[in-house]
Order: sequence, then C-alpha cells, then structure tokens
Amino acid sequence: MQLFPCPFCGPRSESEFHFGGDAGNHRPEGFRDVTDGVWAAYLYERNNRRGAASEIWMHMACGEVFRMERDTVNHRVAQSVALGKGGGNDGMAH
Amino acid sequence: MTRHYSAFSLLKEGLRGQKGWQPAWRSPEPKPRYDILVIGGGGHGLATAYYLAKVHDIRNIAVIEKGWLGGGNTGRNTTVVRSNYFFPESTALYDLALRLYETLGRDLNYNIMLSQRGIVTLAHSEAEMEMAARTVNAMQINGTDAELFGPEDVRRVLPLLNVSPEARYPVFGGVWQGRAGTARHDAVAWGYARAADRLGVDIIQSCEVEDFLIEGGRCRGVKTSRGEIRAERTGMVVAGHSSHLAAKAGFRLPITSYALQACVSEPIKPVLDTVVLSPGTGTYASQSDKGELVIGGALDRVPSYGQRGNLPVLEGVVAGLLEMFPSFRQLRLMRQWAGIVDVTPDSSPILGESPLPGLFLNCGWGTGGFKAIPAGGTLLAHLLATGKHHDISRPFDLDRFARGRLIDETAGSGIAH
Amino acid sequence: MTAWRTEGGTAIDRSRPLAFTFDGKAIDGFAGDTVASALLAGGVSVLARSFKYHRPRGLWGAGVEEPNALVDIAGGLPNTRATQVPAADGLVVRSVNAEPNAEKDRHAFLDAFSRFIPAAFYYKTFMFPDWHLFEPRIREMAGLGTLDEATKGPAFAEQVNQHCDVLVVGAGPSGLLAARKAARAGKRVVLCDDGRQVGGSLLFRAAVIEGKPGAEWAADVAAELERAGLRVLTGTTAFGIYDHRLVGLHQKAADGAPDRLWRIRARSIVLAAGAIERPLPFGNNDLPGVMSAEAALVYLRRFGVAAGRKVVIAANNGLAYETAEALAAAGADVTVVDYRADAASPAGLRVLKGLAVATAVGRSAVTAVKLSDGTVLEADALLASGGFTPTVHLYCQAQGKLDWRDDILAFVPGRSVDGVEVVGAAAGNFGLPAELAGGSERDFRIVAAWPKPGARERVWIDLQNDVTAKDVELAVRENFVSVEHLKRYTTLGMATDQGKTSNVNGLALMAELTGRRIPEVGTTTYRPPFTPVPLASFAGARSGTRMNPIRRLPLEAQHRADGAMFREYGGWLRPAFYGAGAPEERIQAEAQAAREGVALFDGSPLGKIDVMGPDAAPFLDFIYYNTMSTLAPGRCRYGFILTEAGNIYDDGVLMRLDENRFVVSCSSSHVAGVHGLLEEWRQDRFDKRRVFIHNVTAGMATLTVTGPRARALVESVGLSIALDDAALPHMAVVSGLFDGIAVRIARVSFTGERSYEISVPADRARALWARLRQAGEACGATLLGLEALMILRAEKGYIVIGKDTDGTSRPIDFGLTAPLERKKVAFIGRRSLITEDAAGPDRRQFVGLEAVDGKGVLPTGAHGIERKAGATRSLGYVTSSYFSPALRKPIALGLIERGLSRMGDIIELQHLRDVRQARIVPSCAFDEEGARLHA
Repeated sequence: MQLFPCPFCGPRSESEFHFGGDAGNHRPEGFRDVTDGVWAAYLYERNNRRGAASEIWMHMACGEVFRMERDTVNHRVAQSVALGKGGGNDGMAH
Repeated sequence: MTRHYSAFSLLKEGLRGQKGWQPAWRSPEPKPRYDILVIGGGGHGLATAYYLAKVHDIRNIAVIEKGWLGGGNTGRNTTVVRSNYFFPESTALYDLALRLYETLGRDLNYNIMLSQRGIVTLAHSEAEMEMAARTVNAMQINGTDAELFGPEDVRRVLPLLNVSPEARYPVFGGVWQGRAGTARHDAVAWGYARAADRLGVDIIQSCEVEDFLIEGGRCRGVKTSRGEIRAERTGMVVAGHSSHLAAKAGFRLPITSYALQACVSEPIKPVLDTVVLSPGTGTYASQSDKGELVIGGALDRVPSYGQRGNLPVLEGVVAGLLEMFPSFRQLRLMRQWAGIVDVTPDSSPILGESPLPGLFLNCGWGTGGFKAIPAGGTLLAHLLATGKHHDISRPFDLDRFARGRLIDETAGSGIAH
Repeated sequence: MTAWRTEGGTAIDRSRPLAFTFDGKAIDGFAGDTVASALLAGGVSVLARSFKYHRPRGLWGAGVEEPNALVDIAGGLPNTRATQVPAADGLVVRSVNAEPNAEKDRHAFLDAFSRFIPAAFYYKTFMFPDWHLFEPRIREMAGLGTLDEATKGPAFAEQVNQHCDVLVVGAGPSGLLAARKAARAGKRVVLCDDGRQVGGSLLFRAAVIEGKPGAEWAADVAAELERAGLRVLTGTTAFGIYDHRLVGLHQKAADGAPDRLWRIRARSIVLAAGAIERPLPFGNNDLPGVMSAEAALVYLRRFGVAAGRKVVIAANNGLAYETAEALAAAGADVTVVDYRADAASPAGLRVLKGLAVATAVGRSAVTAVKLSDGTVLEADALLASGGFTPTVHLYCQAQGKLDWRDDILAFVPGRSVDGVEVVGAAAGNFGLPAELAGGSERDFRIVAAWPKPGARERVWIDLQNDVTAKDVELAVRENFVSVEHLKRYTTLGMATDQGKTSNVNGLALMAELTGRRIPEVGTTTYRPPFTPVPLASFAGARSGTRMNPIRRLPLEAQHRADGAMFREYGGWLRPAFYGAGAPEERIQAEAQAAREGVALFDGSPLGKIDVMGPDAAPFLDFIYYNTMSTLAPGRCRYGFILTEAGNIYDDGVLMRLDENRFVVSCSSSHVAGVHGLLEEWRQDRFDKRRVFIHNVTAGMATLTVTGPRARALVESVGLSIALDDAALPHMAVVSGLFDGIAVRIARVSFTGERSYEISVPADRARALWARLRQAGEACGATLLGLEALMILRAEKGYIVIGKDTDGTSRPIDFGLTAPLERKKVAFIGRRSLITEDAAGPDRRQFVGLEAVDGKGVLPTGAHGIERKAGATRSLGYVTSSYFSPALRKPIALGLIERGLSRMGDIIELQHLRDVRQARIVPSCAFDEEGARLHA
C-alpha cells in the first residue's frame, strides 16, 4: 500500500488516486491536418518509464489533478506538484 | 545418457540412481552472429526459437535471457489456458494456442500437465446472462467450444459455490468452455527450452541486452552484458520490459506496465475442479494438482515495475473468493507475488515488425500471455522466418492503433488473468 | 521416541489438566500446552506423513518453522502447525495426508518406490496416452489437509490500521531492548511477537539481565511499555513489509476475540525476529525422534517435556550444549556429538568430538545413531543443530540485500534499507545484546556440516516436500542450476513452511555441486507472508453487501410497500416491477398502462452533474459530440460524450438552466466516470476559475410522470408553474415550487410519451412521491418498474449505453454524423472519427430487427450470421429484445454490419445453434413521428 502526497490533502493511500498518464503528453490541436500517426502517438504511445517517471494523477477525494514524480521500480516518490491555476496545460492522457 | 522421457526411462534410471539423465539444455557461450536472435527466454521467446527450428528449419538461432529462463511472467502467472474470446481475430489467435497446447506434451516430450478441467465465467444478473449469451454465440460462430450454463450447470461443476439468491453476487449462470483449463507453467518453458536446445538453439541465460546495434536504419543485433551478438532479424519477447527495451531501440509503445497480484493457499485435498472466474467479485481461482488454490484478480491501480506483493487489490480479490466459496474461509494464504504485465489500450497483444526495421515484436499480452505461448511462438517464428505476417497475426500489428482498428476484448475477456 | 514429562515447565499450569483427541486417540495435557507439546508428552511420535513418500514424521521444531507436524483441527483450519495451536479441552485433531491415520498410513508403501519417483519425475512421464488419465489419481494424492465442507471457518476477521514511530518485530532480548529505548525516547512504539508471551529465547534459554531472570526481565519491559500506553501485540506475526513501510501483521484469535489483521505504517521498523535452527544432513534425518536441539530445550523448559530418555545431541556449533546440560539435569542419559574437533565442552557431559552423525537408525522412530567413525549409539531421540539461519524475510521483502558470513555460516542483512534496522539474532548476533549480556559468553563457533553429494542414504533437505540431497543432485545434473530453477524443479522451499529450515542446506549443496560459493548461488526471493495467514483476515469485513455496497433509493421503503420486486441495475437497487403474479405479465401490464394512461417512475439514480461558470458553455462544447453552446436557457438537448478514441462513452440530456448553468444527466452507472472525465478536462484545458463542476446525483431524487395523462396528473400536484406546451414544451426545463421548495421540472422522455421529470432534494422525495401517488389515484396511474421502462424505450429505439452500444460503437453507427462534419470547435474524440476504422464501410450499425419466422421474441445475444464458402461469420448481435404490448408483436434492436443500408433485408440469427429469421427495420418501431411526445 503506497502513500501518495496530494499537494492539497497531504499523504493519502494509493487507492484514492487515479492515474492520468504521462506528464507532457500534449493533445494535438487541429483536426484533418493532424496525421493518423501523430494522433495515435498522443492517444496510445506511452513513456512507461522503468525508473524515474513524471506522471499526472488525480486525487479522487478532492478532485484535484497534479503532477507526481516517482520511481516505478522502488516506488519512492520524489515530489508532487500542483498544476498551474487556470489553463495549466501540463498535458495528460485520457 | 538418457534423452527421451517416458515411464520406461524413469524406470531404467530408477534402477541406476537417476544418474544417466542428460542436461535439459546446454549452457553455451554466445556466438558473435546468429541468423535469428530472440531476446527473452520466457515461454513466448523459447517457443519462437523452437518453432523457427522445427517448422522453418532455421537452426542458427539464439535466445538470450537476462535472468533465468522462464523467470518472467511465464513463471509467475496463474496458469490458465482458454480461448473464450469474443472477436474472430482473438479466437483465431487463442484457439491456435489452445490447439497446440492440446498436443504439446507429446510434441515436446515433456509433460506440461495440460489439465482441461474447463472454465466457467459466472454471470451475476439477467444483464450479464444476456452478455454471456452474446459471448457464447460469438465463440460458437468463431469455431471454438462454448456453452451457456444455467444455474444448475454451475452448481454441478462448482458444488461449493455460494448460489444463494441472497449472495451479494447471485449466480444466474455463466459461460463454459470445456477445453479450457490449466497447464504447469514452468514445464511449458522448460519443455520448449529442452526441445529447442535439442534442435540446436543456443539458450543463453544471464545475458542482458544493453543496447541495440542499429546500422543503416536497421536493427543488426544487440550489445549485451556478454558481448555483441549480431543477427539480421531480431525478435523482442520481453513481457514486463517491452517499453524499456523499446526506448533503447528508439521508439515508444502503446503499453503501460502494471503489477498483477496473485497468491496461493496452503495445499488441501481436491475441492475445486474447474477454473472459475467471477466478473462481479473480480476474482478467479483454480486448484493446482498439488492442492493449492491459485488465486488472481484485477491489476493494481498504479503503473509499476516493482515485482512485489501489495495489499489493496489482493484483499479485494481474496474477499471475492470467500464470497463465492464461504468454506474457503478455513484456508490460509501461503505465498503472494506479483508479475509485471504490459497492458495495451485494447488489451490485445502486439505482433509484427517494430518501427525499427529488422526488429520484430511479440508483446502487450497484458495478463493473458501464458495461454497464448504456442501461438505467440508460432506467429513470431513465422514473422522472423518470412518477414511477413501470418494471417492470424496480421490484425495484431502495431499499425492497428493508427488505423483505429483496435481489437478491444474488454467485454470479451471480462477481467484480467 | 519415548518423551516424558519432567517437573517444571514455565508455560503450563499443572493444576488445569485437559484432554483432546488425535486421530481418535485420547491425549492428556495441561493448560498452556500446545498440541505439539501434549502429543510429545503423550508419547505420540508419528504426527504426520510426508507429502510425497508418506514417510512417518515427528516433531522437528517448536514454533513457526515446524515443517512436519501439520494437523487438521475440526471446526478450525486445515494444515495447522501443531506447534502453534494451544491444546484445549475437547479439541479433535487429525493428522493430514494419512489414511486412516498417521501411525498406519495405507500409502506408506510409496516410499519403497521412491527411487522411481525422484524430483520432477512427473514431467518425464504420463504423456501417453494422455495426462488426463493419470491426473485424477495424482490430484487425490496431493494436497495435505482436508477442507471441512460443513463449516465455514472464522466468520469474521477484524482489520486495524495504525501509524507509529517505531514498530519492533520480535520481543526477544534485542527487540525488547530496542522497544524500551525507543519508548524511553518518547516514541510511539508498537512491539509484536508471534509467541503468546514476550521474551523470545529468554523464555527457554538461561539468562540474567539487569539482575533478573531473563523471562522476568522480559515481562517487566513489556509492562513498562504498556504502562506508557504503548501497544504490545503477542500472538501476532509480522508477515509482510509492503511499500512505504506498511507492515502487515496477523494477530491470532484469542480469548473470544476474532483474528485481526493489522496494517501498521511505521516511521521506522526494527526487525528482531531471531534465527531458526537448521537440520543436520545425515541419512534418514527425517525419522521421528530427530528434533531440533533448540526445540528440545523449548519443550523441556516451557512444557516440562523431555524429548527422550537416551538422547544423542549432534551439533556443529556450541549452542546445543544448553540443551544437553538441561536434559542431563532433568535425568536423561545424554551423549553429545560435537562436529568440532577442537571444541571446549562443559564438564560432566559425555562428548564425542570431531565426529559426525552418518545416519539415524530406526523404522518409524530413532532407535540408534550411527556415527561417521562407525560407532553406533543406542538412542530414542536425536537432537540436531546444524547452525542458525537469521530470519531475514521481512528485511528482504523491504528490498534489502543479503551478505554471507563465513564465521557463522549464514546470510545476514547487507546494505541498510531506509527506515529498517535489523538487530539481534536476525542480524547474525546470536548472543545477548552487548549492553544486556553482563559478561556471559556463549560458544557460537561453528564448523560447516553441509549436505555432501553422493551419499548412499537419503538425506532430507526439505522435510515437508520430501526433497532429498539426491534430488538436488539430479537438478544439477539436468542443468537446473539457477537457484530459482532448483526451487521450482525440486519444489525445495515451496511447502507451507516456505523453506525456513531447508533453504540454506539446499543452497550449500548446490554450491558444492557447481563449484560455487554459497553467496554466488544466491537465494530465492522472499515473499509474503512469513507464515500462512488466514484468507479471512485479508478479506476482513468485505463480505456480503460490505464487499461492494449497493446504492439504495431514498424511496426504497415506499417501493417495498407497493410490492416492488428489486433488482440491481448498475450498482443501484431498483424496482424491476411491482406486484405479485407472473413477472412477465406484470411487466407487460405496466408498459401498456404507461402507453394508455399515466405512470409513475422513480428515476433517481439518473446522473445529475452541475456545470457552472462563464466558460461552462465552451467547456461543454468540448465535452459533447454535439454542439451545446447554442442551446437556449431553459432548453434541453440529447447528446453523446465520446472517448478520445472516438467511441461512445455515454449519452444523455444536457439541460441549460441559465446562461452559465447546465446540468449533465448521464447514465446512472456512469456518474463517477463522467464526473472524473469532466474534472480532468476542466483542469487540463480550461480556466479552473471559470468552470465549476458539482455532482449532485445522490442529493436529488428524480420522479417521472409519463403517459398520455401525465399533464393532468402533474397539474393536480400543483408545482406553481404553467404546464401548457407554450410555457413548457418538449425538451424544456423550468423551476417550480413544491411545498415551498424549489424543484426542477423537465419535459424529457425516455418512453416516447409526454413526460415530466421532477427533481427534488432527496429528503423531499417522500413527500413528493406521496403527493404524486395521491394525485395518481385519481388518474388511475400505474407504477412503472425498470423492466417495463426498458420495453417502452426499446419500442422507441432509444438506446441504453453498454447494452445497445459496446466499446467500439461510434456516433456514425447511430446515423449521427452532423457534428463531425459541421461542428466548428474541438471536441473529445473528434480526430479519431476519421481513422480508417471509423470511416470504414463495414461498421456494425444500430437497427431494429423484426422476427419473421413466427417463433416469437428473438433471443438477446443472438448473432446475425453470414455463410460464405462453408464458413459462418458474425454480422453483429441482438442487443435488446422484447414483446411489445403496444404493437402486439416482438421487437428487437441490434448492431448489425452495414445495417442502416440494408433496411428490409432478411438475415439469419444464430442463438445456441438455433437459427432464426429476422428483417432489418428502422430502430424506432412505435410512433416514428414522435406525435405522442406532444400529445
């Protein structure tokens, strides 16, 4: 049972969180000019890093979305960071 | 030296202290060059090498494994084999595997203990029964065996199941596949390894890939902890490490890796004759020939490469088992572990050439790789030998994501295993 | 073995005798005895049969490490270690894996065939004609204990979560000292021990600490901790360390309290779990009467049981001398075989130095001991000590790495792990902690006594799984030289004791055979739990409805009073239909009444998510497939929400209450999902200060009046609003008042009839329902359950997400293409709608299906099929199918390949090998123009 630090609520059990994907996975803007490859990369390709990872998480209890840096092997959490207020497009996968 | 396995050879060896058995496989030094190189000495990798040698008559092959062969998910899964899928593409794939499994023990001269005791996927409501009918019809039309079970059929195969209408998840019936069952996981890896070794395949353990040799935009082999190994075609069959190695080869995959928890109870005399799966409780279980209940369920919620047991999901899975079988409350959990599974967006595997020419993929089996080992090996062997897809592997190419042609078995596969 | 009761025994109370049965035989004991100590005292030497060869087995150990003495306790748990279960009056104890009993087991003959069934023999045979023929017999033979199908085991186990500063695992001298230090420094300490009493080795080894006998000192330290308000958990095993220093502990049921599973999150953890004695590798070292020298000391000092009258003690280290002296003092005839040629030994003992045991002699119990020089010593007990293995399981689970120490021949914790400290014997320090030792020294010097290849006799490595040295040799011969291969091939260490006594001997033999050092062979991974933990403890309170609580309607009691039959729909318990009688008739009658008159329906689970703020309209344009910003205040619009992959995720009606305020109504089973989706996109793409989301689903009840006479009924309730079609047309929403409380009334219909959805705060639902019922009586209103509603909506071709759609459905499959072509702004999933698949011609499309074979209602789940060149192919399937009371004929909906362009075609439908004929028709079978919505 891991403890994740919500930037708003403090450390909470892993079961309260929802994984939102890689940080920085920006949604390609546009429609017909976005190629199949670019769209599929955004939609499906993942960093899935073994080791240090930077990810988007939602703390379901408070509903806030934030970025967390952690190690996917030993599960140490380096930090979690609130996203910018308003329009903070840090990118998340849906 | 005794090579062939049989009751007679056991008897013969018994009379001379079991001293004449040949090694199951050699421990060769890697050669600098092979025709085909397979990265990953798990079930799929070893099967690939076996079929390359056996079917395609290519003998200058190496399988390289960073640890010990069969030590990844092949040796960590809950040993279920089945082909109860919804889409024809999936049925073709998994039924190929099941058909090959049915004769594999004799083909490999290694008892893999295929135990076709059937699987029942329970339906807990009228709505789930409608879905069960949809699945059974799909399976029958796609040419594999399936039956729609009513409550009395379920009771017959699972006499200890709680079928009270007051149960949290009452039992309305289920989907039955009689040819499904379990196989001894280690034996599958060892059987393929021994058979491949006999055909001249070099199986090289404790040999970790450090990088790919990329020349002229093609994969020309790998740099390993035991030196460079070159090959014109390389297969990458590394469940639990696929994204990690893909990054070294310069591309990303549509994969997220999660820990899948499993556990066994202490061994007891037979009480559970079939494999049972309850989508309602999120639990599946079977009893091994040794007497242990083998229990599994859903993935952990957190992406991870930590092959360690964890409590949150496991507790729910165990609770689900006890809800189904109240008398199992007497049992104890003996051992808990986790495997790292590579999950794709549509829960279907990826088979085909990677974005790096010369490097071919067999990955993304999620929680269901074990049951597919003979098919995964056959199809990757075909790809490596011919450079082209087998009809059955074509729909599972990486290009399906850009084409939007996902094979989403979420409904078909219910929960993970 | 002729064990006997001596005087003494600190754990037992001789004034309280008790009696139980073992394999039907009466056994006497005292309060404080374990089943094992009472059996030993009662002269029972064969307690069990081994897993594979059915060899007779006695006690090896006295604690958690016991590999042999597993028993079934009637009404309790199978496979219980006799060393860990307190003896109790009336207990019915049975040996496992033995028929009819352990003493006389009819499978004992198997041992004679052992040479033909070595490790892994089953991989080499049973292939012809087929494994299936052999398997049933082998399955029967396997397994140990027997499940008592008549009982259900512990009904309930508690789970407790706790945080502390320091968790100390093990209440021996080192653990107690660490706990006391931490407590005196003001830390919140939890101390646990798997024994019923604190003290660990102090309970049976002589020690004087701070001027007191060891056991008294231990009790005093525990008392000091408890006085300080700290928790001392006895009978509690720390079985696993999980991520972020969460420790799982299992506290055995005692004194009427149920089992408890503790999840303790500790800032730091001190592991003081001691060490476990290893067997010595000599021939027949599994014979009853061969016992751990330390266990024999435990039985003597704790339970007043001497293991034998004529005792040989064999040891490769000095710790066994305490057993020797104690047994000699108790009156046993003792000979020590000290493997060390140069050992110093206490005076007054018969000691043979520099010799080893070659083999234990006897059939079902030790009768003599043969030494390496050929000497034969008569004996009724052979107590062995092959050294000690520090208990490092938890350290390794915490990602620690082990070092090998040649001076003590053991693996000990290596690199430090954050927040985890290992002390005492668990760290390889077998004496008392220096600050407690007070000058008392013990002789720990050890010489290697590992299993050797090529022994003639069978030497057991893993007692429970019947793995012998020959099996390890076979594994190496066949190139199973990785330690994990060794384990899996021979099953060494895979029994219920998880190799606590066997692993190191196995590794040592493997090292010898492969020319490696023991640390080069390495160890297998240590996995939780340290000792088996009841499944019920992991489940805790999760059973029945507590597994996954059912959501209940505010009006459940009212519906019950009306005779509702409830079923679970998407997690909600809802009325399926009302009244007694044949369900199908009731359902048909309800549906018909709604078409002909008026019906009341409880739609409370319908999702209600408020979206507010100046950017709410553009936000919803992005969320929905349909354009929503053009919706006028007071109006409603039906729409789809897609996934980014372009598949339909949910559908529903969006209401615009005013310029900056919307209500998203989503499927009742999708509320949490839609809410999460809205939140993620709001925070990702929008100004969080200009869009706000509030899920009010559970706070509001929605009661629906539907049918041709709906308006009359609602009018008679009096909601202070105009109900004429100019003021409140179809797809409009207004606010009204009910008993002075604001209510929302929407003209939204899921039946095809004029409908009013009235939403009130949940606590007003009863009052409104009562008023509706009262008004309904005058209009002859019927109550409408969910099953009848499903028919009504199917007649209209209205879809239910997840039933009439699947994970691959796209809007185009429902003929809805306008937004894709015309919508000006971005929305979720748009780009995915022009992929090859989405734009392809062979999609499964939503259509109606009309049975044309006169065989009645089509089966839901039947597949449309196409036969080509002898092969059958699925064209899609029936998603919904009913008998329509309004049309007096069967109707059905389905997803059929190219269905929208095949209107009028007749196709075959296959269901469980039966084939039906159906015509493809429009999905709406009733009132296609929608006239009744306005009637």
